[in-house]
Amino acid sequence: MAQGTQSGGFPVDPLHQFEIQRLVPINVGGLDLSFTNSALWMVLSVVAITVFMMVATRGRSLVPGRLQSCAEILYEAIAGMVRQNVGSEGRVYFPFIFSIFLFVLFGNLLGMIPVAFTFTSHLVVTFFMAMVIFVAVTIIGFARHGAGYLRLFFPHGAPLWTAVILVPIEIISYLSRPISLSMRLFANMMAGHILLKVFAGFTLLMGIAGVVPLAALVGITALEFLVAVLQAYIFTILTCVYLHDAIHLH
Amino acid sequence: MELEAAKMIGAGLATLGMIGAGVGVGNVWSNYFAAIARNPAAKEEIGANIWIGFAVTEAIAIFSLVVALLVLFG
Repeated sequence: MAQGTQSGGFPVDPLHQFEIQRLVPINVGGLDLSFTNSALWMVLSVVAITVFMMVATRGRSLVPGRLQSCAEILYEAIAGMVRQNVGSEGRVYFPFIFSIFLFVLFGNLLGMIPVAFTFTSHLVVTFFMAMVIFVAVTIIGFARHGAGYLRLFFPHGAPLWTAVILVPIEIISYLSRPISLSMRLFANMMAGHILLKVFAGFTLLMGIAGVVPLAALVGITALEFLVAVLQAYIFTILTCVYLHDAIHLH
Repeated sequence: MELEAAKMIGAGLATLGMIGAGVGVGNVWSNYFAAIARNPAAKEEIGANIWIGFAVTEAIAIFSLVVALLVLFG
């Protein structure tokens, strides 16, 4: 945390937590492939997911214990989401959707640890994930329906002359999917973490009266945990909705 | 310096678009609670889909945020 004196003597720099630091500088032919703190926390979250799922399902007992219940609840929630929103054809894509969900969830939750780095608060990371989903969904749609996938851009049963207005709108709304998907996660995580730092700054500034923003800080921290889980859920459910469009065409 | 000030004002004006998203999200949730008050049995069924409606409405706020960020840093 920077105790900088810039920005009018505010004790905490709210943007310092998003700075990328090179931990292991790697330079391959002019390309900066350094192992950064962002990469470190991505690796940590993948390791945490793997360890959690392996330890939780090691027992494979018929009556699950506490840890196994946690893993089963996560699995059931996403399996139910895929079943409900994509249908039975969506089972093939379940591993991908479950991985996306766990990666975003663990990224958000590990970011709530003090001094941890939240990689989901970086647009590059979320936009890349959203682009992977967008490209994959588009390929799945064209592979399943061929040119018929273009019918997605014209709602079934609408009068033909409305195509002049509807088709451009539908195309724009289709192309803005990766933007809204990535910006939602990025903006929510970034805004939440800035808010935490700003209130921490108020607490430091106000001296003994700082207990008031401190109390608010406790509430906001609880809210941030809710947002962390909720945004992972929304990211996943929208992936399911896009997949549904690709498979069933509306 | 005046360009900087104009950028700030423009970004502030761009965030006005969030008013609509605020009304929209409020509408989504008010209808959700009205629906489960009338038919509590439907809670499970609406429960998952409400997030889609919420997320799609919220996207409008995100677009105005994108415009604001573009005005500021673009």
